[in-house]
Amino acid sequence: MNLINWFKFASPQSFYPLAGKMIPWFWALATVFGAAGLWLSFFVAPTDAQQGEGYRIIFVHVPASWLSMFIYLIMAAWAGLGLALNTRLSGMMAQSLAPTGALMALLSLWTGALWGKPMWGTWWVWDARLTSELILFFLYIGFIALQAAIDDPRRADKAGAILALVGVVNIPIIYFSVKWWNTLHQGSSVSLTKSPSMAQTMLWGMLLMALCFWMYSIAVALTRARAIILERERHTEWVKHAVE
Amino acid sequence: MKPRQKRIAIIVGGLASLGIAAALALNALDSNIALYITPTEIAAGKAPQGKAFRIGGMVKEGSIKRQELTVNFVLTDTAKDIAVSYTGILPDLFKEGKGAVVQGKLNPDGSFTASEVLAKHDENYMPPEAKAAIDQAQKK
Repeated sequence: MNLINWFKFASPQSFYPLAGKMIPWFWALATVFGAAGLWLSFFVAPTDAQQGEGYRIIFVHVPASWLSMFIYLIMAAWAGLGLALNTRLSGMMAQSLAPTGALMALLSLWTGALWGKPMWGTWWVWDARLTSELILFFLYIGFIALQAAIDDPRRADKAGAILALVGVVNIPIIYFSVKWWNTLHQGSSVSLTKSPSMAQTMLWGMLLMALCFWMYSIAVALTRARAIILERERHTEWVKHAVE
Repeated sequence: MKPRQKRIAIIVGGLASLGIAAALALNALDSNIALYITPTEIAAGKAPQGKAFRIGGMVKEGSIKRQELTVNFVLTDTAKDIAVSYTGILPDLFKEGKGAVVQGKLNPDGSFTASEVLAKHDENYMPPEAKAAIDQAQKK
């Protein structure tokens, strides 16, 4: 006995209004988490003993990096689902996540470079962590370009899905790169296996910012999904009624 | 098998074989992916000859000596040491007892002339008061 018929929402027609109802809630949550996170990270969190104020870049850098990896996993999962089950919505979801993922990867690389120059003494170094994150950014760009290059959306979804699935190999490489190899990038301050090696308020600021980025990503991806649904289903009756 | 199950099997099988292939490739590339080698590896003769490479280690306490713009210090991994000389500007986080990565060439006398010095930050973030408390506890 299923309380919710999930397959009902796998159809673009019923997903479209549902997404429309959810978007304002995710925006509201993003605003609340963002305001609390920014307040904590700028006014409450102490300066760092070694880095001074410059460490505050982690409040953007770490959430963006987490999200860039996590969004890729979700995107690949949707892509795989689409390949396996031939559902229309899966491809649209994967397509709607890619630009946000690319933005997160770019933010992560950019803020990292801004931090690296004063702290490490260099904008960029070809170590395993930085290089694999750059590859992640290229994978997003590649996915977007490949989908855009194929006119038939079903074929575009299939080609994109294969690229997305192949790229999944890169995610554990990014995450474990600092453990597996000598890198300039430091190890994780927060992980599932040990207690976080940072001050409490710093950690809370970072987690709230991560939640804010998370909610923002969902809101934007759903908005984009709605636009993609309208575009792809433009010949159907329900879309004609929906946009009237 | 239904077509759907077949597709799932192909996807799972493909991902698994791709993962194994990637693991093997990365394993084979291991030493080339490492950004730096350690003083112990140099002592064991693993340093590339006649070409620039990077060494990573801790800047030994009390080893930094400055002469105008040239800085001499000792890089250690607690087992082996290497003397490094560098002319130029050092990054903010370059300090005694902290990690650093230097790029340059090995001299015939076993010392190292660096063309670039990078500071390696650790994963610990704490306010100055907490840092002072830890330093004090370590001194006791």
